Amino acid sequence: MHELGIVFYIIRDVKKVAEENGAEHVSAVVMDIGEVSTVVPHYLTDCWRWAADKEEMLKGCELRINTIPAVTHCDECGKDYPTVKYGKKCPHCSSDRTWLLKGNEVEIKEIIV
Amino acid sequence: MDEVKVIEIKKSVFADNEIDANALRGELKAKGVYLLNLMSSPGSGKTTTLIRTINLLKDKIRLAVMEADIDSDVDAVKIKRETGVESVQLHTGGMCHLDAEMTRQGLDSLDLDKVDLVILENVGNLVCPAEFDTGAVRNAMILSVPEGDDKPLKYPLMFSVCDLVLVNKIDVLPYFDFSLERCREYVARRNPAAQVIPICARTGEGVEQFAEWLLSEVKNWKTE
Repeated sequence: MHELGIVFYIIRDVKKVAEENGAEHVSAVVMDIGEVSTVVPHYLTDCWRWAADKEEMLKGCELRINTIPAVTHCDECGKDYPTVKYGKKCPHCSSDRTWLLKGNEVEIKEIIV
Repeated sequence: MDEVKVIEIKKSVFADNEIDANALRGELKAKGVYLLNLMSSPGSGKTTTLIRTINLLKDKIRLAVMEADIDSDVDAVKIKRETGVESVQLHTGGMCHLDAEMTRQGLDSLDLDKVDLVILENVGNLVCPAEFDTGAVRNAMILSVPEGDDKPLKYPLMFSVCDLVLVNKIDVLPYFDFSLERCREYVARRNPAAQVIPICARTGEGVEQFAEWLLSEVKNWKTE
């Protein structure tokens, strides 16, 4: 739902970095998207295609998405577990003193020019 | 074959917005202006709640409202007509949320030397506005009874970023399968520090408690 807004942020950052590096065209942008980041990858790529093609520098530029698995850490027993399968409650000790270790990323990893 | 070059960026998409938001909060602090970001789904009663609240507060502090919508100025006009306070309409141009830069543009159209409290009515949506820090001092949201008490489970981010949850339309509680107790428990799961205030914007029940919360927040912000 907010993928288009995110695409506008990506475009702004990518153009800035490309210009700083003297590139005239960007052929691919690689994103790290966490499993529980609330960003839907195929919406992101759809919005990307629509918006990127309006930019001279990004015409035809591909958006590649690396999905980062979500991992939660439990403070009670010190173990890590997959967030999507078990949620907030630790499957090892049933504690809810847990926090998200990774999986919330919406990051531009690199660009290929 | 063309030479290919990889440029590493490794940067969160939200990083720039967070920098803007923190800078904006700093400026508001220096000016002694409190900004509240009010979020909810469409139809939860944000504007009606605001009108009630403003009418309780307008003789006690100086306030202004910023209404964010994709289009139209119905909310800004209504607030101005029903309360007399200054109200600006922001258009997000199709975007589903406000970011710190858009919030700043709205604040620029107000005379900040003449206000203590600015309430930002964000775009009606439980997903996107939660992702973007607007630069507000606090986030509040309205959950209305017909939406169901399970919303904190379904929209975890929204409830984890909110300091205050107003449960609106409690006059219709007998007609819905909505448990205030369950709702409080679900909110606490997302954010144990969040306060919950049940209100009815239509009858005014509970709105005074929200107004008191705002008054003490503004006072603390100015004196802390």
